[in-house]
Amino acid sequence: MALITAANISLGYDKHSIVKELNFTVNSGDYLSIVGDNGSGKSTLMKTLLGLVPLISGQIQFADGLKANEIGYLPQQTVIQKDFPAAVREIVLSGCQGRCGLRPFYNREEKKLAMQNMERMGITDIKDRPYRNLSGGQQQRVLLARALCATQKVLLLDEPVAGLDPNVTSEMYTLVEKLNNEGITIIMVSHDITAAVQYSSHILHMGETVFFGSKEEYLKSSAGKKFLFDFEHVEEKNYA
Amino acid sequence: MLEKIIMYMQYPFVRYAIIVGVLIALCSSLLGVTLVLKRFSFIGDGLSHVAFGAMAIATVINMTDKMFIILPVTILCAVLLLKTGKNTNIKGDAAIAMISVGALAFGYLLMNVFSTSSNLTGDVCSTLFGSTSILTLTKEEVLICAILSVSVVLIFILFYNKIFAVTFDEDFAKAVGTKADTYNLLIAVVIAVIIVLAMNLVGSLLISALVIFPALSAMRLFNNFKMVTMFSAIISVVCAFFGMMISILAGTPVGSTIVAVDVVAFVICYFSGMLIGGARA
Repeated sequence: MALITAANISLGYDKHSIVKELNFTVNSGDYLSIVGDNGSGKSTLMKTLLGLVPLISGQIQFADGLKANEIGYLPQQTVIQKDFPAAVREIVLSGCQGRCGLRPFYNREEKKLAMQNMERMGITDIKDRPYRNLSGGQQQRVLLARALCATQKVLLLDEPVAGLDPNVTSEMYTLVEKLNNEGITIIMVSHDITAAVQYSSHILHMGETVFFGSKEEYLKSSAGKKFLFDFEHVEEKNYA
Repeated sequence: MLEKIIMYMQYPFVRYAIIVGVLIALCSSLLGVTLVLKRFSFIGDGLSHVAFGAMAIATVINMTDKMFIILPVTILCAVLLLKTGKNTNIKGDAAIAMISVGALAFGYLLMNVFSTSSNLTGDVCSTLFGSTSILTLTKEEVLICAILSVSVVLIFILFYNKIFAVTFDEDFAKAVGTKADTYNLLIAVVIAVIIVLAMNLVGSLLISALVIFPALSAMRLFNNFKMVTMFSAIISVVCAFFGMMISILAGTPVGSTIVAVDVVAFVICYFSGMLIGGARA
């Protein structure tokens, strides 16, 4: 059954819609990549799914048992975080915040959950290290562990590999793929179209031409062909 | 020297001053870390000027308990400033500058035009720099200060984890269902309370120093949020205590002496931080 269904949704800020009448569904276990040019509304869509930006029109339905706050979110890093004095453990634990409600402190179960997710991301050895001194890849693992504390089902990743070097980027993709194989549904905003085509099961292409469907269909579609062609073209130009 | 301190301690108003001073220093340092990290340092400064304006109004209409007008006005401005910080035509820092300078000007104007006091310059100076107001607190004022300080500390402890989450990553906190806006509001209200309290201790111009310096000092030395918060509270209390002792012994103005001690503590922490950092690397 569909986990998330978006029917005829329009997105934007302050009633200015950027995207109109978008339709897509996400099934449990899918790996959906959202691609498209800058300004096509990818990040807005993500924020709308999370309930940070109100929907202008249309409807987003979450399947039974999935509450909007049970989505794990990996945001882009902010300036504030660059020199924030916090230990890895403190940050991962803050992923359990949604479970607390009004309870002021974390209970034993939540602390255990944070430990488990740090193990899952291979960061137990750096749990007491300051976040601001870590490498970009390590920081992303910390934030991913935090997101996992918030969800068992769906992860929303906003450009998770932005600013990472190629080795770390492929490590990150492997990590996400592993989580997907463990049954977690992945929704990822990405600039990296080649990786999107390589790893994901479904593609949502936003921009002038909108496409939603499986990866195989996308490769055959006109939107996909054009975008891939452009992308390779740009790459060639960059190398030249 | 010791005899002199003991002699002063015989006076109840000196004891009150020290108790209140330490409590104020404690709660002002707690939210300092959040303010510095959220890039809100200037809000404290802006609000203190608002508090000065409100104080001027209270003086002019001859209110006996000025707190009742200063506190609501400052809280209101804190809420307004936090709201405008995000998405309006006037950007956050400009809004702060506008409100703070405006309040300062109107405050002085009001005091000048309507004042019945013979020593206007002295009144203004003592509101701006604190001078002796901490020593002239009545028993009721001491009680109010104590109650407010204790509530600030309690609120901070109870909401510590939420304040951390909202400070570190507001979007994520909202996404997992934390009511970030409510907590921002709470932070704003608490800041306003702290500022009104701290006005008694250091005067309205020097409040930001009390909020910011301990946090910055602690951030030089520690790398996790809990230690930074605890250490900034310790620094703040110690500095306030020594500052008051020095000012009693040397007859210097209380507020500026405390802030001077805070600055010295910051310099010490800065260099120790460099030493530790060098050893770690």
